[in-house]
Amino acid sequence: MNFRNQLKSNIPQWLSFSGIAIACVTLIMSCNPDETQLVAQFQTISMHDEFNDDGAPNSEIWGYDIGTGENGWGNNELQYYTDRAVNAVVENGMLKITAVKEAYEGSAYTSARLLTKGKFEQKYGRFEARIKLPWGKGMWPAFWMLGSDYDTVGWPQCGEIDIMENRGSEPTVIDGSLHGPGYFAGNSLTKDFDLINDRFDTGFHVFGIEWGQDYVNYYVDGVLYNQITRQDVEEVKGEWVFDQPFFIIINLAVGGNYDGPPNNATVFPQEMLVDYVRVFAAE
Amino acid sequence: MKIFKFKSYFAIATITILSTTVSCERGFSDEIAVAKYPLTPEVFTDFPVGLTDAFFVSFDPAEGANVNGFGIDERDAYRGNTSIRIEVPVPNDPDGNYIGGIFLDRGNGRDLTAYDALTFWAKGSTTAEVGLLGFGTNFQGDIYAANLSDVTLSTAWKQYTIPFPDASKLVQEKGMFAFAAGTQSTNGLGYSIWIDEIRFEKLGNIAQPRPYIFDGQDDTITSFNSVEMNASDLGVTFNLGNGSDLNVNAGGGYFNFETSDPAVAKVSDNGTITILSKGTAKITASQNGIDAKGSLTINSLGDFELAPTPTQAASDVISIFSDAYENVNIKFYNGYWQPWQTTTSADFTVQGNEVLNYENFNFVGHQFDDPTLDTTSMTHLHLDVYVPGEFPAGAKLKITIKDFGPDGIDTASDDITQEYTIDTADLAANAWSSVDIPLTLSPRTKVGQFIFTNDGSNLTNFYLDNVYFYKQ
Repeated sequence: MNFRNQLKSNIPQWLSFSGIAIACVTLIMSCNPDETQLVAQFQTISMHDEFNDDGAPNSEIWGYDIGTGENGWGNNELQYYTDRAVNAVVENGMLKITAVKEAYEGSAYTSARLLTKGKFEQKYGRFEARIKLPWGKGMWPAFWMLGSDYDTVGWPQCGEIDIMENRGSEPTVIDGSLHGPGYFAGNSLTKDFDLINDRFDTGFHVFGIEWGQDYVNYYVDGVLYNQITRQDVEEVKGEWVFDQPFFIIINLAVGGNYDGPPNNATVFPQEMLVDYVRVFAAE
Repeated sequence: MKIFKFKSYFAIATITILSTTVSCERGFSDEIAVAKYPLTPEVFTDFPVGLTDAFFVSFDPAEGANVNGFGIDERDAYRGNTSIRIEVPVPNDPDGNYIGGIFLDRGNGRDLTAYDALTFWAKGSTTAEVGLLGFGTNFQGDIYAANLSDVTLSTAWKQYTIPFPDASKLVQEKGMFAFAAGTQSTNGLGYSIWIDEIRFEKLGNIAQPRPYIFDGQDDTITSFNSVEMNASDLGVTFNLGNGSDLNVNAGGGYFNFETSDPAVAKVSDNGTITILSKGTAKITASQNGIDAKGSLTINSLGDFELAPTPTQAASDVISIFSDAYENVNIKFYNGYWQPWQTTTSADFTVQGNEVLNYENFNFVGHQFDDPTLDTTSMTHLHLDVYVPGEFPAGAKLKITIKDFGPDGIDTASDDITQEYTIDTADLAANAWSSVDIPLTLSPRTKVGQFIFTNDGSNLTNFYLDNVYFYKQ
């Protein structure tokens, strides 16, 4: 997720050139494979929502972003976010976020974006969710976090940890990324994970990170597939901005710069089902 | 599926296989004999796996299938040493203008329920569209056929995937592979196809099945008691692991069909619809609990009134289309002339009588020039025409009788024609109109074609029967 809405248009164009990002990632991979790293060392739960109570999501944990933000939440996204049950509801033990094709407040689609900003924020620890993704070109589901000083310092200075984002046109692939000052948008620190002999829209998968003082580990279903360290960040002349509490965001965008707009084959409505969100304290 | 007709008759083409590979193949078969039905995933690697020497069975040569071009290439393979090589014949090849057939398991068939796709590698000597590639065609009803239409091959090896419409149905399948190819996409130039590494696989990334019947359309037809037809244009759209959608043609056995009124029309497990009484019935289907897109609404008018039985003596008749006489050699009753023809055929059999039915009609042709007909002694052309449903105001039907001239072939230069228009007043809704056209064409020694048009009227649907020349 590239949270650019407060950034106006002062991002240099070349930063979003993907070739630079790819070259950068390759370099990082080659110098930092820590095969002995364990997944899920942090075991003390600090917050969890199992979504067991039907109805509106628990307002003590979750708030909403409403509307279209600025320039489609900074990414040319096409949906209007609402807090209506048609777009976000808890039922059958799941949080269900639904992208609907409907004319609404000048947008062609509606969906929802839930966030724990001001309700639950934590520094370091383990953050994971069990999610079944939607499918089809133009779907952009994400489970991600922003730094709690977002309102004062803005993006990307606040830092962004993308635990999972997916292009609906790539049903077997998710990305995990870090964005911060000097490494953001198309120039973020990112790696994809390709599921073999399975896909993310036909069943539930656990997406998580384990985040400490000097690293963020990325895993899917217990498979550690990337580690980004303070050293990695500093080697790309970026600033490590991940020593403050972050809040969680779960959303389903339609269209936008990541997967492009839906096409004629995209089936609506589409659902993103979240079985649980669990957060563990760093030990 | 629309280009090739598969009949139950078939010829057997055997290919010779090195004795070493035969013994290897037999060894493999013994190994897996413990399963109820073999689970063998491979169909062809460097040799046919779990199949006999006579594994290739051609489509019907009487329908144009050429049995000569199937073999093994021992110099070119995607992997290993050999591949299957298929020579696609040219349109005027006397042995048949297309090649196609199946790989038949001559044993008990295989249990494929653990897999979700057939995969293989293929290439062409030129970029070409192959009419059909798939499996499940077994000449025993083909109810679990699954295949792709018009698959584009490139000149480099590429892998192709045929998703299973529903693996749970494939408990004992004998049709291991199917293909059919003509030269429609190469302007009549023959070419070669190589196929290698044919196997069933569990890919795990084929999902989001969207079944459809009648090509996903909600069609409506007018019909009659005892008419039988098959649910057509069946398939499933899948989303593949690379995110692209793919339509797989699927046999009727993969669907659960339903009728809204079993007293008006019944539908069998495999999609054969039989109309039983006057009224309206809607045919729908589902697959694995997912409703299929598309339907057929049948408005049955009750008992069909057959066209009047012809009374001319057979010796005084040259018949083009009639159950009352032996018809001459016919090339087609619908030439599907591109690009302007919209007419489709929905011919049906009722009370044992065949009837031609043209839908979306603008023009259509009959051709019978092999050989052309000497109709000099004939005095009239007879037709029976039926306009079903609400009568389109002003409907007219024009017929052009064409003599191919001294050269006997369809060239504009020396062809001569006679035109006759059946007026609105001579046509009727839901009833047969018999028309006898006096022949004025002269000479008429090499008649080879009829062209029917609606003469600019809004006649879009009619039945035709008892088309014959006679001597008064």
